[in-house]
Amino acid sequence: MTKSAFTLEQARQLTGDVWELTLAGDTSAVTAPGQFVNLELPGKFLRRPISVCDWDEGRLLLLVKEAGAGTRQLVRLPAGTELDTLSGLGNGFDLSAVPENAVLTGGGIGIAPLYGLAKRMIAAGRRPRAVLGFRSKADAFYREEFAALGLEVHIATEDGSLGTRGFVTDVLKTLPEGQYVLACGPTPMLKAVHALPQLSGGQFSFEARMACGFGACVGCTIQTKQGPRRVCKDGPVFQKEDIVW
Amino acid sequence: MVDLSVTLAGVTLKNPIVPASGTFGYGREFAELYDLDILGSFSWKGTTRAPRPGNPQPRIAESAAGMLNAVGLQNPGMEAVLREELPNIAKIFHGPVIANVCGFSLEEYAENCRMLEDAEQVKILEVNISCPNVHAGGKNFGSDPHSAAAVTRAVRTATKKPVFLKLGPNVTDIAEIARACEAEGADGLCLINTLLGMRIDLNTKRPLLANRTGGLSGPAVFPVALRMVWDVYEAVKLPIIGCGGVDSAETAAEMMLAGASAVEVGAANLRDPWACKTIIEDLPNLCERLGVEHISDLTGGAHHG
Repeated sequence: MTKSAFTLEQARQLTGDVWELTLAGDTSAVTAPGQFVNLELPGKFLRRPISVCDWDEGRLLLLVKEAGAGTRQLVRLPAGTELDTLSGLGNGFDLSAVPENAVLTGGGIGIAPLYGLAKRMIAAGRRPRAVLGFRSKADAFYREEFAALGLEVHIATEDGSLGTRGFVTDVLKTLPEGQYVLACGPTPMLKAVHALPQLSGGQFSFEARMACGFGACVGCTIQTKQGPRRVCKDGPVFQKEDIVW
Repeated sequence: MVDLSVTLAGVTLKNPIVPASGTFGYGREFAELYDLDILGSFSWKGTTRAPRPGNPQPRIAESAAGMLNAVGLQNPGMEAVLREELPNIAKIFHGPVIANVCGFSLEEYAENCRMLEDAEQVKILEVNISCPNVHAGGKNFGSDPHSAAAVTRAVRTATKKPVFLKLGPNVTDIAEIARACEAEGADGLCLINTLLGMRIDLNTKRPLLANRTGGLSGPAVFPVALRMVWDVYEAVKLPIIGCGGVDSAETAAEMMLAGASAVEVGAANLRDPWACKTIIEDLPNLCERLGVEHISDLTGGAHHG
């Protein structure tokens, strides 16, 4: 973990409540897709933990959903704003254990870390596919970006206005047995995906309200088969077999 | 050269800055960030006899200039701390350690203190009778003078180490409780714990925290903590560790002027993991500005003259 200043370069609105932020700064602490940064906002006591969507040597790409006062403020900060940032937080997805045709499964803003993950898997010569779920066509984002990476993208929307009508699980059920999933999304989605009998395994990225983001306060602890684990420090990605609901 | 050392109940700290219990774990996370030997001491995570998983999620909420937590004393239990944390602490920190000890009965408090008797590095027992997130029979031992006195009596006979009772603000008269602890032989006091509070989630129209209520900490509570340290300093002769909303060398100095011999820094560590380091580095200049050669001269200074 490092603490450094990142400069907001651009905020691009993707849907009614989802934004893509580009920040410039020292990204050397970011080592794996699925890690997150913790941003200090003017006038807010707690930082805001945001998953890293993608990164290169000098830039961070974040997808942010307006969920409350903090994220509303964050996406409207003027370009040029410097944000005190803890970066390289958490353990990301562990690619060493992943079969080459794993299924990236994301719901809503949870697709953010899957983009950087897909990019790196493809660069490593693997052939993942993506199943992305949204509420409706109007809520969908990053379809073209995923497709541009050259992977097969399945979309599900709850109202059927785009792709398969229903949830990501309705798409996963149509895939051959024995799928390995790399999942990130709302807890009900993670739970439903985790319960699918045809999975061979998977990694699931969790979300939690956090105070510190680096393991000190244990505010984000969940219970696992290995005992209590901190989403921020031991996660946010957990192995399928360790998860209890 | 300013002398930053302070002594409380016979224990000398190289400076008055002590990370507060519950914001510093058992030191592991911070040892990755800076050399812990710069600290006066640190107060480890509140530890009970048996392991505790803590409260359900969510446990954290924000508020203006602060935060609420309802962690609920999640900890690995005293045996695991003695077996796994204490040997690690000896590697990452070489100063005196403050052991925050919790319990749900007088017997548990006493037993936890006895179990620490041979832990050489533990120089002060901080007996937590004021966690707002757990309840022994519906209330805290620290919520009235009689039960606070009973805990003090139980731990006083269980250990030779200095015993500091950690008092909370969710009481009518904290000075009365402080006097009750003093009368039963407490060596010092630590105050304050978090303020009981809550938030409601407008999306669900239900309490935001699964525990419904949580403890408020951060800069929002600093004036409350300062006033209570002031009152307790007037009421007892015991050394006081001031705690609550300290986030700078300046607020630490205010805490000492109100009567604290040492100062715990809590929520500030969660927002800025290097907060204690920065405060310690800022203390010499501040002391020069305030015209003190020994920082210990600040203690209680606001009461005189």
